[in-house]
Parts: sequence; structure tokens; C-alpha cells
Amino acid sequence: MSGAPAALASGTVRRVNGPVVDVVGLDGVAMFDVVAIGEAGLAGEIVSIDGDVATAQVYEYDGGVAPGDRVTSRGEQLSITLGPGLLGHVFDGILRPLEPEVVWLAAGRSDNPAADTTRHFTPAASVGEHLTGGALLGRVTEGEHFEHRVLVPPGIEGILTQLAPESDARADQPIARVGDVDVSMSHRWPVRVPRPARARDREPRLLRTGQRVLDLLYPIVRGSSASVPGGFGTGKTLLQQQIAKWCDAEVIVYVGCGERGNEMIDVLDDLAQLSDPRTGGPLRERTVCIANTSNMPVMAREASIYTGVAVAEYFRDMGYDVVVIADSTSRWAEALREFASRTNQLPAEEGYPATLASALAAFYERAGSFTTLGGSRGSVTIIGAVSPPGGDLTEPVTAQTRRFVRCVWSLDRDLAYARHYPAVSWNESFSRDSDAIAGVRSAAGDTQWAERRALALALLAEAERLESLVELVGAAALPDRQRVMLRSAKLLKESVLQQDAMSDADAYCGEAKQQALLEMILAIHERFLELVDHGVSAERLDELDLARVSAARESGGAEDVAAVTAIRDSALATLKAIG
Amino acid sequence: MIDEIPVEYTGARSVGGPLLIVQDVSGVGWDEDATITLDTGEQRHGVVLDVSDDLAVVQVFEGTSGISLDKVRVAFSGTPMRVPVGPQWLGRVCNGRGEPIDGGPPVRGDHLVAVNGVPINPAARQLPRDPIVTGISAIDGLTTLVRGQKLPIFSVGGLPHLELAAQIAAQARVADGAFQIVFAAMGVTHADADATRDVLEERSESGDLALFINTASDPVVERVLTPRLALTVAEHLAFERGGHVLVLMCDMTSYAEAVREVSAARGEVPGRQGYPGYLFSDLASLYERCGRLQVSPGSLTQIPVLTMPAGDITHPVPDLTGYITEGQIVLSQEMQSRNVYPPFDALSSLSRLMRHGVGRDLTRADHMAVSGQVYAALSHARQVRELTDLVGESGLGEGDRAYLRFADALETGFVNQGRSEGRSIDDSLERAWTALTLLPVGDLSRLDPDDLARHLALQLPASEAAP
Repeated sequence: MSGAPAALASGTVRRVNGPVVDVVGLDGVAMFDVVAIGEAGLAGEIVSIDGDVATAQVYEYDGGVAPGDRVTSRGEQLSITLGPGLLGHVFDGILRPLEPEVVWLAAGRSDNPAADTTRHFTPAASVGEHLTGGALLGRVTEGEHFEHRVLVPPGIEGILTQLAPESDARADQPIARVGDVDVSMSHRWPVRVPRPARARDREPRLLRTGQRVLDLLYPIVRGSSASVPGGFGTGKTLLQQQIAKWCDAEVIVYVGCGERGNEMIDVLDDLAQLSDPRTGGPLRERTVCIANTSNMPVMAREASIYTGVAVAEYFRDMGYDVVVIADSTSRWAEALREFASRTNQLPAEEGYPATLASALAAFYERAGSFTTLGGSRGSVTIIGAVSPPGGDLTEPVTAQTRRFVRCVWSLDRDLAYARHYPAVSWNESFSRDSDAIAGVRSAAGDTQWAERRALALALLAEAERLESLVELVGAAALPDRQRVMLRSAKLLKESVLQQDAMSDADAYCGEAKQQALLEMILAIHERFLELVDHGVSAERLDELDLARVSAARESGGAEDVAAVTAIRDSALATLKAIG
Repeated sequence: MIDEIPVEYTGARSVGGPLLIVQDVSGVGWDEDATITLDTGEQRHGVVLDVSDDLAVVQVFEGTSGISLDKVRVAFSGTPMRVPVGPQWLGRVCNGRGEPIDGGPPVRGDHLVAVNGVPINPAARQLPRDPIVTGISAIDGLTTLVRGQKLPIFSVGGLPHLELAAQIAAQARVADGAFQIVFAAMGVTHADADATRDVLEERSESGDLALFINTASDPVVERVLTPRLALTVAEHLAFERGGHVLVLMCDMTSYAEAVREVSAARGEVPGRQGYPGYLFSDLASLYERCGRLQVSPGSLTQIPVLTMPAGDITHPVPDLTGYITEGQIVLSQEMQSRNVYPPFDALSSLSRLMRHGVGRDLTRADHMAVSGQVYAALSHARQVRELTDLVGESGLGEGDRAYLRFADALETGFVNQGRSEGRSIDDSLERAWTALTLLPVGDLSRLDPDDLARHLALQLPASEAAP
């Protein structure tokens, strides 16, 4: 990262097979070095070396590249420039800016983010201090509210001998001198290398998604990892977008990896229009979008998830909680497979390379809550969508991912067909963070949290069993006690688990209102059972109009507990009148 | 299509399947366009799939039949394959390579553009909005096609998907601006091709339609080219000339089979069902060539049509298509056997972008509510029908019986329509209302109460007249 690279090696193209290019004569080239191919200088990355033949994957359309064309090593691994100017903008898979003025993404674009933009730098260190990597040098305000902390890059250490005064400066110009190294507001970082931190932090902290089914049943802590498997049409992207919009992280990195262009612009438009409930600014100002849609070069898709997580780690190092949304990791795995196939690697499961499982594991391990080099606390939470072919949850990417994540939010096609959104299945989903969260809740005074969750899950499981019975014998054949269980489960689904992403009142649900809704259903359920035990027929209870209970989630605002309480009291009063 | 021929290589090293391997080449780049000349003087077209030292692997679009190793001559153009673009394609009928089969002169355009296209910057896109009215009630009413969307038709062999595609091509329209159709048929029989040409004749004569036909007897590998040709022509009409363009591509399963054939000939490691591992990227490189741009008033909308082998929606072609497109229209054998045209399976069909294309000022204020109510009722009707199979219709309550009547009325009055009948949005929605008013009024919670009262009043004389 520092010092001038030695003389750069150059060689010639020997073979071109789509995005895979074999090069000979690149003396001293190392794995993952970036090369420039042909006259246009197309970016590629060395991914295997065999004798004097080095194989590169190319991040651009490489039509016209011919054997004999010149290839130059750039002497560094695939690296990105990290600094102010990332938030609120859109980039491709190797962090080249996608400004809306450029319509067609032809090959050979420049990879220099707007370095000539000046930023207002405010120093926060004193000359003469001994600083190490991660130490705070100063601050830049991005957008209206975001405090971008300029840190000493990892690996640099020494006495601070110079520091710029409060001034406007270019991001690529030195603002400080630490030891004998000039430090600017931005620095380069190789995307495949995890950024160092001091230690993993074991104290669980909640990540609130604002989505009831997740926060109540399958909750997640900051620094954890989740996988969202779901066939097409199950609402995977919509759920991911909801989390990107409403979760209480400070920075979101949204990686559109091999997905639809129209969806990407939909996210961008929404983020620009919605405002952040915490700061009042547009949500887009806390978001970095990395868009490598399905028709953009396939190998840049492979790099895009690493780019995303490196950007997330950069903000983590400032002491922020960051969520990486990767939609979809299956497309990334397919890029691995495509490359494996073009280089005639021996395939493992379904044509995927044998390295798939270890690559997935290594990627999800970059999630975590850390004490940063600078001593503050920051986290990276990774939420990855998986698109199983044919909805088959046993296929390699889905099955392997399940091994390495803390939460699985599995989307169910039957629920989606029944227009039950978010279609998070209670059979296939799990959260290994729920015990830790029960502890946090309990310490915060809510000792009943785990019990309510267990009651809700038990009710859903029992209802599932009863529904398969009903399909055989009809509801009328069930004992009354079981019939009211079905009714309660239906209420639980309609008024708690379902959430309308298109409704202003319901798209996001505050924590207290979530609890109030669940408590309401459990109270009604308890009352149902009491009534049945006292001889009230299930038929009579079925005839009760509880439409207001089902609609309670839409009543009032996202935080409006009073509206829910009023509906609960009136429903319980109605039930009391029956008894 | 070739301006000048630089160097011609004589002789080839091997030939097999659709591939020709040329030796001793120099300076030939990947994805370059090639012209192959046979000893008979016949010229064919190809593209470089792989180039290694002095060997180039050329995929020949017209097939390799009749090519002999020592007599064949191959020239490389130095550029990727390009086609002339411009409005000159409109009104013309061409084969799958873009050569006229309507007796007219070769199509000349304004300038040449690479058939593989260039990816659109996602940040330069504009969200699809505004409807395209297809005149098909089921589609317009329940799965509205939005300008800039890609909405495939999933069908099964033997169902009238080609007829439906042709009918949409013949009668679709937009409320404002120029509207053009590009129709690409791949692997269709001669009889189907002729029938399609007949249906589209009027639109073609009025100069609003470009037609590319690759028949089942045409070279298989040509099908790899046909959709790219169609989309390149369409992109120019939409984004350079600002028109609203609808591209129909039928049958994408034939296209994918051609891709598989090339892959197999190259000895690539197969993925699912022998399709290459890059089928997703390959299909995406076609389907993503649609949308709207911030800098252009035009739009490019796609209806890819595909047949699901053995009706299997998890087959790689429909499965990967579903992951890229924005919804799907599913045709079912069951509806066909009840003699409903189009055999539209509502509960499996979905237009993800519908909400951007309907409502006040776009179609009608009640559109979203009507479609939501129809879906909810159909879903319940299906449950009732399953129950009926167990307990018989006599075991049903009056409310449930109403759902069966609703489902029948929707099928006959709304979904079913003539093969040359184009309906207005108003007509389609009113037909849906007629079926909905058969349901218990208390169940129609998604509809606006005033709208409901008005429609019930309209229905009253009819129901009184009934015995």
C-alpha cells in the first residue's frame, strides 16, 4: 500500500475464452494481482498460475482481445479506494462509480472515484502524538448528518508530524504525516483481505429490523449473519429492501449481485424518497449501493460481494454498525461455477467448484462485532439472499450457507402464493441468536420475551399440524379447543407476522408496538381457551368479528402502542361479555 | 453485413457440430465476427468462441453441413458481429439472421451496432411505469404489462402460446407516443410461422412491426443470434428514436437448447440437465436489455415466451427466467382442457411491476382493488373446489357455492375471449366486476363501497331476470 511498486511485469495473451484469459511471460506475477489487458487496458485479476501461464478473470467485456495482445501487471491485488464520497452513491462490482449520466457501460471505464472533489476536513488529533492504525485524525461531514471519521489506515504507525488545519482538501491529497508516511483522507485496500480489528466483541447487541416476524421470532444481533433462501416470487428482494430501509444500523451496504436492473433503480428511488427515522435525512445518505446487475460482466459480480464487505469494514472501523445486504449470493456462486467451468476445473456438487463451501464460510466470517483498531466498537452484519434453483433447498449454495450463518430466514412459496408477506416460513427458519437476545431483553426488564416467543412458535407449530388434519377430515371434526387454536394462529399470522411493505403505517414497526401486537394475540388466545373450557362453542367464537384485531397493525403509526392497546381492550371486553 | 474482408484463411483443422476450428490465424480476437465461404461459393456467418495461440474456434450460425476442411475459407472482420439499425426494419419479414424472406431488398440501416449490446448502467435507468394495453382481459386486468418490464409467458407444448403472443403483437397499444413491435420466432414450425405472419400482416403493413422468423428446419445455432438481432433493432427504436417498443421472443426454450448444443459441442462441463453453467448469465444478457432510461422518452418491454418441458416449472429455462424477469404469465393445460382461451392460470401468474402501471390516470382508479379482490376470491374458490372434490357440492354452504359460481363466471366472462378480440381496459374491468358481484357482499372488503354499490345496482336487473 505504501512506497512505489517495483518495475511492473508485462506479458502477452495466449488464449481468450470469454472472460477467462491466459497470459504468458508475466514474470513474478502473484495470485490475485490485477492486470491491464490489451490496448484498452481492461481490468483483470490473476486467479491461477501454472508454470509460465497465468490465468486472469476479466472484469469487462473482452471482445476483440487476441493472442499476442500485451498484458501489464499493476503490481497490486484487486483494490478499492476507501474514503469520503461513498455514501449515497452507486458503484459497480469493483467500486467504479455508476453516475446516472453514463447510460451504457462500455468496457475500459476509469476506476477513479471523484477524487478531485474537496471535502471539509476538521482535525481531531495533535501533532507529536504517537498514532497507530485506526487512530482518529479528523472528521468530514457527509450529507447533512453523517460523521465520516478519517483514521490512520491499518498498518501505519508513528509520530504525527504534520496535520492539516480545518480546511477544504481533496480526498487524495495528504492531510497528515504519520511517521514517514503521508496519509490522505482516502486509501487503497485489497477487497479480498479482511480489514484488521483489535478483537471480536462478545457482548450481544440487538439489530432491530422493524420487521415483526424477524424481530419477534427469528431475531438477529449486530455482527451476526443471516441467509434468506427463497425461490423466485417469494419476496426475497422485497424483504431485503425492507431491512435495508428500516433496520437500525448506521450504514447500509446494498450489494445487488447479479440481480435485475429495474429492481436496483427501484431501491435507489425508494431510498432517495424515504427519510431516516433517526436523522430525518434521506435513507440514501446512509447507504452505499454496489450494483452489478445480471447483464454486467460476470467476473465483476464475483468480486462485488468482497467489495461490499470491504466497504462495510471500512465504516465499521470508524465505530459504526453496518449491515451488508447481498442479493443474491447464488449469483456470486454461479460466477464461481462459470469460471470453474471455463478453466476445466474438476466440478464438485452440481458443477460448483470444490472450494464453494470454504469460500462461503470465509465470506460470512467477515461478519462480526469488533473492538476496532482505534478502540471503538463497530460491527458488520451480513444478510445474504440465496436463490435456490427450482426452489430446491437442498442445492449446494443453500445447504452450505446454512452451515455458516447464525440465522436462516427461509421464504416459503405456499405462503407467498397465499399473499402472506413477508413469506418467512416457521418450519425452515431459525435464529441461533435468540437465546442471547432473550438475555438482553431480560436484562432490559422484559423477562417474558423468550416465553412469548416460545408460545407463538408453539401455536404456529400446533396449527400447522392441525391444518394438515383439517385437510383430511374438515374443521368441523376437530375438538373445540383445537378449533380455537386454528383461529388464534390465523390471528397471529394476520395481525403480527404479515406486514405490508407498501403501507406507510405498516412497512416499519417499532419495538413496543411489535410486543403489544404479540401480547394482544396471546391474551386473546388465552381467553379463547378459557371460554372453550367453560363450554362456549368454537363455532360461536368463529363467528366473532375480529377484523379490527387483524387490522391493528395498520392502526396509528409505526410506534403507536396506544392504538393497539385500545383494540386489545375492546376485543377482550367483547370476549368477556360472552363468558 | 460485412463491409470489407481483410484476410482470408484457407483450410480448417477440424469441424464438428456447429463448430469450426481454424488454424494458423493471427491477430484474431475473441467474439469477432467471421465469414465462412464454402467451395460452392455459399457464404455463412460465425463468431469466435475461443482463441488460443493460432487456433480460433468459430461457431457457425448456419451449421457446418457441407463444410470440407481443405476447401473452406474463413475471414475475420476485426469487430464483434454487428447489424445495421434503423426504422428500415419495420414492415419487413426476415429470417433468424436478418436476411429478408419477404422478397424485398436487404435491410440497410442508419449505422452498425454490435448485436451483443452493451449493459445499461442501472443508475441511469428509470423505473418502469405506464401500462401497455394488450387487449387481453386476463393480462390487462390481473397481470398488467408495464412499459419497460419483462414479463414472460410460461407455457406447455400444445398450448396456444404462439397464438397468444401473435395476438398481443397484433393488438397491443399504448395511450401515447409511437408504438412498435419486434417479434422474434425461434424454432417454430412452418405452419405456425405462416399463421403468425397472417395474424401480423396488418400491423406489418402499417410499418409498426419487424418480424424475425427462425423455423424449426432452419439452422439450430442461428437461434442464438435471432433474439440478439431483435433486441439490437429494438434498443435503437426505443432508446435512440424514443419509441415505445414491445419485443416478443418465442420460444426461449428453443433458444436455450441451441445454447446447450453449442456448449455440448465444446465439451463444457454441464450444469443442470446438460445446460451450461452460464445459462443464467446468458439469459440475463437478453432479458436485461429492456427498461426505460432517464435520458430517453422511449421504453423497451419484453414478453419472452417459453415452453416448460413436461410442464415442469423448476426446469432450468423457466426457473432461471423467473429469477430474472419481473413476474410471469402461466398458461395451464387444465384451463385449455376446459376450452378457455387464453388458458391463463391466474393464481400462478404475477406482474411484479403492476402497481406502477395501473390506477387513476393510467388505467382506472379501481384497477388495483379489483385485481386484488379477484385474486383473493380465486384463491378461496380453489380451496372450495378442493373441498368439493371431497364432500360434493351439496355439502357446501351458500357462501362457498357463490365462490364456485364466481370462478366459473370469471372464466367464461372475463378470461375467455376470441382470438382476434381486443378489449379495452374498461371492458375488461367491468367483466371482472360482473363476476365479483356474484360473491357475498360482506366478503368484498377490498373494493371501494361506493364502487361496489354502483355495480350491485347495475347487476340488479340481470339477477332479477334470472329464475
